[in-house]
Amino acid sequence: MSVPAADPGLAEAEAEAEAGQPRRRGYASYVGFKVLGSIGSFFFMLVVNFFLFRVLPGDPARTLGRGRLSTPAQVEAFNKTYGLGESIPRQFLTFLHNTFTGQLGISVEYHTPVSTLIRHALWPTLLLVGSSTILATLIGVYLGIRGAWRRGGLFDRITTGTSLTLYAMPEWWLGLLLIAALGVGFWFIPGLFPTGGLHSPDVNPNSLHGVLDTMWHLALPVTTLTLAYLADFSLIMRSSLLDELGEDYLQTARAKGLRDIQVRNRHAVRNAMLPTTTIIALNIGFVVGGAITVETVFSIPGLGLLATNAIGVPDFWVLQGTFLVASAGVIVANLFANLIYGWIDPRVRT
Amino acid sequence: MTQTAYAVNAVSARLSARQLTRRRRLAAWKRVAKQFRQRRSGMLGLGILVFFVVVALAAPLLASSSGLDVTKANGPVLGPPSSKYWLGTDDNGRSVLTLLIWGARISLFVGLVATLVSMVIGTVLGLVSGYFAGWVGRVTFRLTEWFLVIPFLPLAIVLASVLGRGLFNIVIVIGVTSWPGTALLIRSQTLSIKERAYIDRARAIGAGRWHQMSKHVLPNVMPMVFANTTLTVAIAILSETTLSFLGLGDPTRTSWGTIIDGAYHAGAITTGCWWFILPPGVCVVLVVLAFTLIGQALEEILNPRLRARR
Amino acid sequence: MTQPLLSLHDLTVTYTTSEGPLPAVRGVDLTVERGQIVGVAGESGCGKSTLASTILRLQPANATVTGEVRFDGRDILTMRWGELRAVRWAGASIVFQGALHSLNPVHRIGAQIGEPIRVHMPELKEGRVRSRVGELLGQVGLDPARAKAYPHQLSGGQKQRVMIAMALACDPELVVADEPTTALDVMVQAQVLTVLTGLVRERGVGMMMISHDLTVLADVCDEITVMYAGRVVEVGPAAQIFAAPLHPYSAALSSAFPRVGDPAARFAPAGLPGDPPLPWDLPGGCTFAPRCPRAAEVCLPAEPELTPYAEGRAAACVRIGEPDDTPVRNEIGANS
Repeated sequence: MSVPAADPGLAEAEAEAEAGQPRRRGYASYVGFKVLGSIGSFFFMLVVNFFLFRVLPGDPARTLGRGRLSTPAQVEAFNKTYGLGESIPRQFLTFLHNTFTGQLGISVEYHTPVSTLIRHALWPTLLLVGSSTILATLIGVYLGIRGAWRRGGLFDRITTGTSLTLYAMPEWWLGLLLIAALGVGFWFIPGLFPTGGLHSPDVNPNSLHGVLDTMWHLALPVTTLTLAYLADFSLIMRSSLLDELGEDYLQTARAKGLRDIQVRNRHAVRNAMLPTTTIIALNIGFVVGGAITVETVFSIPGLGLLATNAIGVPDFWVLQGTFLVASAGVIVANLFANLIYGWIDPRVRT
Repeated sequence: MTQTAYAVNAVSARLSARQLTRRRRLAAWKRVAKQFRQRRSGMLGLGILVFFVVVALAAPLLASSSGLDVTKANGPVLGPPSSKYWLGTDDNGRSVLTLLIWGARISLFVGLVATLVSMVIGTVLGLVSGYFAGWVGRVTFRLTEWFLVIPFLPLAIVLASVLGRGLFNIVIVIGVTSWPGTALLIRSQTLSIKERAYIDRARAIGAGRWHQMSKHVLPNVMPMVFANTTLTVAIAILSETTLSFLGLGDPTRTSWGTIIDGAYHAGAITTGCWWFILPPGVCVVLVVLAFTLIGQALEEILNPRLRARR
Repeated sequence: MTQPLLSLHDLTVTYTTSEGPLPAVRGVDLTVERGQIVGVAGESGCGKSTLASTILRLQPANATVTGEVRFDGRDILTMRWGELRAVRWAGASIVFQGALHSLNPVHRIGAQIGEPIRVHMPELKEGRVRSRVGELLGQVGLDPARAKAYPHQLSGGQKQRVMIAMALACDPELVVADEPTTALDVMVQAQVLTVLTGLVRERGVGMMMISHDLTVLADVCDEITVMYAGRVVEVGPAAQIFAAPLHPYSAALSSAFPRVGDPAARFAPAGLPGDPPLPWDLPGGCTFAPRCPRAAEVCLPAEPELTPYAEGRAAACVRIGEPDDTPVRNEIGANS
């Protein structure tokens, strides 16, 4: 009894034009496709990394071995390990080999292998970024939803105005203000929070006291990042939900006798989550950038601080290593977001 | 509206196609301007922007450039605002207000020029990836996607470290790292325009690819590009401020970012020198807000999808 | 005498827009009895869809509604919110036009059909709901296993049938079908109409069917109301409206569709020149006059009232029954 009908629909035409392949392939093949894409991105990023450090500067040996190599023998050994002086393609292969075996160079400043430095800096960054992102997502999405649903109302106007202002603010400047206000204290208000660092010097970080101490140290930086992120997220969520408001299926939902909140959450928000996920995924670079600057301002010993400290030296191995890790992190986060999207949009899945 | 249509039709018999197109485009822009004037947020943004542009252009009139010279500074070190120095002095004894006024030039300049670079790259690659259906289009699209994934700040830091500090370099760094967003937008616009009937008609009467792209696709893509540009400038200014704060800006020039960097290193935070820290940040916020409001108002007017929301 | 199932009295819906007030529906009277199928015919923009959504108080926020909408004697427009929600779908339901977008793309169709059941009859067990959904799918000619499908996996005709199944989920007493067959090809159209009218007849529900296609309505409905520019211009039994229309507009609608077997109609399908008037630019007097082939001086001063002409028939035209003299078209019908 089924009659094949040609559904028009620009969306389908767009998807066809974009993917160049049939849409209904199942989730497994979608996952496979996205993973392949991520591997491609990763490889491209390695090429860019290589290009930046070996090809751009005039004499890589000078740039990378700065301040450490004095004798010709040292120069020779250095060149051998990192493949300098050979043809570019061979250099690239050596570079790849070194990267995958964790040989990311030796820091000029700390005289330690970069991989060790990165390993120690990873946890503080994850702690900071992780908690900020989770908080910002929960709060920002809620603010965006409520604002969009009663568009133009007082809540919406206040939230949107505040979000726009926060979004226009460099997040590290906000951090500086918070330090000045709450860390140092101003007027008659004393400083309530530490002005930097992750741990107090005489506290064991692994004890309960240490954990609380760490939380106290993270209070201001997490607040800063959360405010910066949630401004972005709430604007995105609001915009996506506003796009859904004119859709016909919402009228159907109301006609069925659903409560307003049910129409909002079950129907409008559920659909608005799709473009929101996509756009937030595109903004992950912003998340990373924020982490770098906030760590710097608050002296949190994470990857961001590592990178910015390396600028002044300039400690190229560290810069290269942190760039690698940051980009890899973004690629993984992007992949994760894509997989989530593929899961919640049935048009992709089935 | 019928009357205008009649008038245009009556006159069209005597006007060439080009003149007709120009008239219609002018009428369209006038309509956009009218709708823009009705939006309070956009007008507010425009007002703020005009103010800062005037300040930047009139810098030599407002504050002598010798005020930037460290060797000539004779004010108190980190002095609070006074009748002589309205916004106090920095750690070298220079007037913060002078720094702000001259800083406006660099901040705005870098923002605008970097955006120009980014828009040119983005528009070209967006058009190419949207218009050409074959492997050319696909490869440029993949390239754009890959580039998009690389996070901005780490790349900018690396690029700036390798290239060295300088005004030109900063413009390049920001321009080269922010084009993917524009490219994607232009690509999707090009894709939807490509489907439209008048492209087929143009092809049917023998219009070549170049003609199609420049006379049909590009003019219809431009409105959205324009709205997107203003938003890109906002991000470019934020980027320049951040890079300058991290010490990657041009050391010989003052921008709002370098002012805050100076304040940070002079310990203005811990000593409570709010006049050094607060004003430059406020200026950045105002200018970025201005561009964002203008861009959002334009987007609402020019994007048919958003227009339906009102 | 029992109450009519649905009774619209002097219903007026005006949108408030930046260009001024926009009258979409202007003083419409309409009744639907139990077991009756009433058709509402007219071109796009005549206010039919606004009418449909107003029946369940679904009109947009910028719409001002006056008049009465009585469902089973109760006034929908002044009902309390809780009572209204109970009436929605369980009392009266709507089969929306354009099923392409009236179904939520991210929910399975089984869930969407079952949703009103769960809302209005929360005491029903899950298994019972599921079997009811399967029942409904079967009644519209779809495989119950398709409950797991998403809307994008169905064809246009299948989606429309899902809309019908959904509309019947809570056993409503009134079904409003807004353009149920538009955008469907003829074969599917016939199937959908058969399903719809069959189910309606079996259960004795009342139905209001809205369409611009008079042939569909003439085929299926007991009575037809013809609307133009937000007002009712003719009411009467379906067959008579189609075969012997009183109002010139109904005549135009009716003759716009060629009749099979009539050789003259094949070569001269009578279209109506011009467009319906823009709602904010309604001409004074009879709104149809600018396009009417029988317009005359007498049509200009005031908008004609709906006057009865025969048993169960009424029309809003002042020139019915007058001899067919040469129409004075030059001054009136100029802007077509």
